[in-house]
Amino acid sequence: MDAKLISIVFAAVAVSIGSIGPALAEGRSVAAAMDAIARQPEAAGTISRTLFVGLAMIETMAIYCLVIALMLLFANPYVG
Amino acid sequence: MQASPLSSTVLFQVGPVDITRPVVTTWAIMLVITAASWAVTRRLGSRPDRRQAALEAIVTGVLAQIGDVIRRDARPLLPLIGTLFIFLVTANLSGVLPGVEAPTSKIETPAALALIVFCAVHYFGVREKGPLGYLASFAQPKLVMLPLNIVSEITRTFSLMVRLFGNVMSGEFVIALVLGLAGLFVPIPLMALEILVGIVQAYIFTVLATVFIGAAVGDADKA
Repeated sequence: MDAKLISIVFAAVAVSIGSIGPALAEGRSVAAAMDAIARQPEAAGTISRTLFVGLAMIETMAIYCLVIALMLLFANPYVG
Repeated sequence: MQASPLSSTVLFQVGPVDITRPVVTTWAIMLVITAASWAVTRRLGSRPDRRQAALEAIVTGVLAQIGDVIRRDARPLLPLIGTLFIFLVTANLSGVLPGVEAPTSKIETPAALALIVFCAVHYFGVREKGPLGYLASFAQPKLVMLPLNIVSEITRTFSLMVRLFGNVMSGEFVIALVLGLAGLFVPIPLMALEILVGIVQAYIFTVLATVFIGAAVGDADKA
């Protein structure tokens, strides 16, 4: 296998494995926020703002993987 | 096939400096925002008409949001945070216009914005606590945490940049791919999603900037 093929395969592997963790984490945090809003509807504003910030933090992990995959595909230093 | 999302087209050169397409788009957006702000604030009265009522709703809305996050007087932060939010919404949504690429979908614009936030955090921190007091706050709660605090300053600026860039760029990239594979009207739902993502990312960027600055100036109760 040459470097180009290896880069393509592992770009796909990086995105697919790297999105599993953030997906589970976002599901858990949204479920917890729904639970909290159902218990305390008057705190919905604060909860959803904190939820958005937290989701952004979690999502960053998936986006790191995306950036690594893009670097492998478009800015790879080992492919001529 | 699409060109690399990490590079941008050079339109023309001024001396040794390359002027790329996102820069020109940013200038256009700056012009539009400046002209709109000038037109909206031209005749302000004590009895607001519809235009002024909309303006006041935006300004007081942003002010209230900042106040909710930092729990102290929000007015020193309003010029920076409000401008950041309005610019980000305009820039993210400009990608929906035909023939325009959102400048935030190239890495330079988010990098510049994250750098502005990075400097603003230290500016407001030093202004609130004084140079020595602000430096001492890096050694909180224990001196052992000093390297971690310094590293987190850099990584959170980096992640601010990468988050905005990754979201906007991946949206445009997916739309371009679907357009190439499926045809003319198929990516319309994706573009609707992209409008939502653009506004949410502008909101998140501004809220995180506010949170970072709020953490640097510290709690009003403790100070």
